[in-house]
Parts: sequence; structure tokens; C-alpha cells
Amino acid sequence: MLTIRNPKDFFTGLLLLAISAVFAYGLFELPIGTAYKMGPGYFPMVLTIMLTACGLAILANGLLSDGEAVGTIPWRGLIIITVSVLLYGATLKGLGMVPALALTVFLSTFAGHGWDAKAAIGVTVVLVVACVAIFVKGLGLPLALFGPWVGGY
Amino acid sequence: MDIFSNLALGFEQALSLTNIWYCFIGVLLGTLIGVLPGLGPVATIAMLLPITFGLPPVTAMIMLAGIYYGAQYGGSTTAILVNLPGEPGSVVTALDGHQLARKGKAGFALFTAAVGSFFAGTVATFLIAGFAPPLANVALTFGPAEYFALMVLGLAAAVTLAHGSVIKAIAMITLGLLLGTMGQDLYTGAPRFTFGSNEFADGIDFTALAMGVFGIGEIIRNLESTEVREPIRSKLRDLIPTREEFKQIIMPVLRGTGIGSLLGILPGGGAVLGSFASYSIEKKLSKNPVPFGQGAIEGVAGPESANNAGAQTSFIPMLTLGIPSNPVMALMIGALIIQGIVPGPNVITEKPDLFWGVITSMWVGNAMLLILNLPLIGIWVRLMTVPYQLLFPAIIAVCCIGVYSLSNNPFDVYLMAIFGVIGYFLVKLDCEPAPLLLGFVIGKLLEEYLRRAMLLSRGDPMVFLQRPISATLLILTVIALVVVLLPSVRKKREEAFRE
Repeated sequence: MLTIRNPKDFFTGLLLLAISAVFAYGLFELPIGTAYKMGPGYFPMVLTIMLTACGLAILANGLLSDGEAVGTIPWRGLIIITVSVLLYGATLKGLGMVPALALTVFLSTFAGHGWDAKAAIGVTVVLVVACVAIFVKGLGLPLALFGPWVGGY
Repeated sequence: MDIFSNLALGFEQALSLTNIWYCFIGVLLGTLIGVLPGLGPVATIAMLLPITFGLPPVTAMIMLAGIYYGAQYGGSTTAILVNLPGEPGSVVTALDGHQLARKGKAGFALFTAAVGSFFAGTVATFLIAGFAPPLANVALTFGPAEYFALMVLGLAAAVTLAHGSVIKAIAMITLGLLLGTMGQDLYTGAPRFTFGSNEFADGIDFTALAMGVFGIGEIIRNLESTEVREPIRSKLRDLIPTREEFKQIIMPVLRGTGIGSLLGILPGGGAVLGSFASYSIEKKLSKNPVPFGQGAIEGVAGPESANNAGAQTSFIPMLTLGIPSNPVMALMIGALIIQGIVPGPNVITEKPDLFWGVITSMWVGNAMLLILNLPLIGIWVRLMTVPYQLLFPAIIAVCCIGVYSLSNNPFDVYLMAIFGVIGYFLVKLDCEPAPLLLGFVIGKLLEEYLRRAMLLSRGDPMVFLQRPISATLLILTVIALVVVLLPSVRKKREEAFRE
């Protein structure tokens, strides 16, 4: 029975093997060619093999040598931050910059500790105003402040 | 053209009103963000990268270089005053710098760091001006085989200098190279790894990757810790040292500059190696009655000079060979490519204004740092205490707006979010993301040179060993890798990184 003795290495190995598998799948549709006339798949194929080898070696190390635990992961913060960034991408075209940024910033504050709603709203307002002033007015980025979903254009 | 007419051309560029303005903005923004908690030079540059895309290439590079040494100086300031090095290069500065600050000599330590950095920056500027052109001339004779070998050596050096496991660093480089192959194939135009999606047709955007891994990923990581930052406020007024104190720092500054300049040129070098080497040398040579680790000024003067000298001479391989020696240079190369300039030995002859302008602007920027920072130190101290809670929503806002502005495509925002998560987990699993970035940046070039070399040799891989320069470089690569994998060296290396 194998036991995970070095969790950090074990999970690194798994992660690398999973990534290698995705690239290996992508390689199927690419002509490999020869060393003389390399096709589009040649170089990526070599790299995928290398990555798989690294993944296996690190995975083996995870089973054969002792090491540290991965440690706690701040899932709450991780998910909130990720979702708030994704939200900006998803709502920007529809809502326009001001509401989209406000949503993102407001949501992201929940990743921290000890915020009350008042402070969170305050930070949101300040940041949105500052960003509009710097990026839209100052640097002239072509961003609509309000999008079609909220009556803009 | 001799070196002086070249420098004159450079100063013409660097001292133009626009460029001086952007240099100033860069240095100011760099320092401003560098002193903020949790933001090192790489994250700072990645965050501000999109701002420079609308600028002409010379101005953009000048501004980015300004951000770089500004952020680095900001990192030293936090190291001294709060004992929290903002970037790896100033880890050793914190050792003695913070002790000095606790003894009420913060002003002296900051002065030493600023003056040492300025002196080192000046010397390094002349070194670049002197050494870069001949090096580029050598590089012009390189064929694809030599280039391939040089890049492999550069990547191997990155492996040996990465903290922690060697095999993980190799895995990260490989992953970076693989991610770099996504998008259209250079020769046939065939889509690679697009998985049927149009969004991947041009490959992964470099800025989205860098901002995700170094910006968003850092935020998630910083949420783990709840450190309290308390900078030392006492005696900032006594900035100017006594004559006796001044004498103490002269030799360490000179030595630090020498060591830093030399190590900065090496692929994989840059600022970090120099500052560590300088610290250990000063420790051995010190005649200071105050032991190291308890506030010896040499422990600030040497490493800080080495740090800055290395940061600047690391521009030499970037500007002449197009090879990044550290993640900051990888970002610079990415910026150049986005500006439509292929980094390499041709830059000096084809874009002399860019090359010399950037070099001379480094000196101008260093002078600005000196003038700017000594009076503004009070403001920096106050910024250091900004709670991270207030800061990270702002970083997220800037990253979101910046990454979207690249091509007005929401997909880049999604990519950044995904790379943020990936970057976080990689760090969590002790995989350094810096080699990944290096691999990603030079992946396309590496492949191109490999394919070209193999075409020229009709598929014979021996070509890399038959050409003397390429063979030498590859042998060096093998030696570098074998040495780090030797058990005895491995142990020492681990100890060195732990220190």
C-alpha cells in the first residue's frame, strides 16, 4: 500500500500529469513531422514528454520521500477573488465600467476580514471614482461608463 | 561611433521632455507601489504593463525601467523600516538594515541604500554602454544553432538559481514553454492547442499570464497571512551621515557594485544573486565592531549596491541577446515584443535611439530616485502602513482594467483569473512561477531557432555540437545542471537558500 509521504510533491506531480494529459490530447490533431522538417506538433510533443517525465518523477518523490504538508488554503478568499475578477469580465460589456467595477471591488472586499458594509461601500466608491478619473479621463481608455444593460449605449 | 557619441545620442532621447516625464512617473509609481505591502517589482511591472502599451517604444521602455528600479528601491525601504523585504533582492538588506533602524539609525541606513544604489547605477550604466555593443556584435554572428544553445543555457541557469527543487524548476520551464506554443504555428499557421476555441487562436496573452500569476495569485497568497506592519518612525531626520560613517560605507559600496555588475550579466542572475554574494563577502571582510545581523552598515551598503548594479547589468543580455535573465527582464522582453520590436543583437543597430535612450535614462532615473526619495521618505513610511485589506481591492481593480485594455476582450480577464488560481497553487506547492514566465517568453523563439537549425542541418542534431560556440554553451549547460544535481552541492545550495 502506497502512502503519500510528501503531499506537496504528490499533488505537484498529479497537477503536472493532468496538464500533460490535456496537452497530449491536443497533440492528436497536430502533424509531428520529422526532425528535419518539423511539423507544428514536434516541439510541443517533446515538451509534453518532458513535462510528463517531470510529473512522474515528482509524483514518485511524493510517495518515496518525506515532506511538508500542503498547508491550509484560504478557500473563501480564493473563490471570492476569482469570482470577482471573472465577474468583471462577464459584466463589463453589458453593465459598463462603473457598475461592473463597483460589483467586482465590492465583492472582493469580502475576501478580507473585518469589513463592515459601510467600509466596503466606501472603498468601492473611492476606487471606482479614482479608476474612472485615472483610466478613462486620464489615460483615455475607450470604456463605456454605463452599458446597455443599465440604459447606456 | 564611439561610446561618447552613443551616450550623447542616448541623452538626447532620455532628456527629451516626454521621456524625462515618463521616467519620472515610472520612478515615482514604481517606488509608490514598491513600498506598498505585498507588491514586489515583478507584480508592480506586470500591473503597470498595460499603461505603457500606448506609448512609443522608447518612452515605454524608459518608463518600465523606471518602474523597475523605483520598485526595487521601494522594496529596500520597506526592508529597512518594516523588516519586510518586498522583493528577494532586498532580503539581506532587511537583516542589518532593520537592526540599524531599531537603533535609531534608519536615516543612515536609508541614505546608504540610496547613495549606494545611485553609485552602483552610475557604474552599471557605463558598463552597459561599454560592453553591450561588442557583445551584440558577437551575437550578430550567431546562427540559429548558437541561439538555441544560448537560450537553453539561459533556461538552465534559471533552474540552478531557482529556490527549492531543481526538477520542479525544470517542470515549470517546460510548462512555460508549452503554454508558449499555444496559438498559431509560425511555419504552417496551423492552430495549436486551441481546443476548437477562437479565443486561443493567437495563443495566451503574455500580460494576462503575468498579471494573473504575479498579481492575482499574490493577492490570494497574501490573504493567508495577517501580518501587522509597524514601521520604525524614529530619527528619519538624521539622513546625512558623519564623515566617519561615510568612510565606513565607501569600500562596501565599491565591492558591492563590482560583484553585482558581474553577477547581473550572467543568465539567471540579476539582482538577487549579487546582493547575497555581497553580503557574505562583507561579512567576511568586516572590521566593524558591530557584528553582522545586529546592525552593521556594511550589510546594507554592499548588498544594496550589488542589488542595483545587478538589476541594471541584467539589461545587457536582454538588450543585446534578447534573452531574459530574470522574470523582470522577461516582462521587458514581452513589452518589447508587444511594441513590435524583436529583442536581439539587431536592436542596437536598428534602433540606436531605443537602445541608448533606455541606457542613459537609467542614469537619469537613478539620479531622480536619489532626489525624490530622500525628501519623500516620510510619505513612503505612511504608505507602508496601508492595511492590505484596503489594498487588494485596488490591485484587483487595476489588474482588471489593465488586462481588459489589452485588446478589449473579456477573455483576457478570464485568463487572468484562471492564471491567478494556477499561480497561487504553484507557489503553494513550492513551484516557483518565475521560471514558467521565462519559458513562456522565449518559447516561440526557442522553437523557431531549433526548427531553423534542424532545417539547415537537414535533421542532424549533431549540428549543435559541431559548431564550437553552440557546443561550448551546451557543455556549460550540462555542467550547470550536473553540478546542482550533485548530492553535496545540493545540500549546500539548500543551506544557502535557507539562510
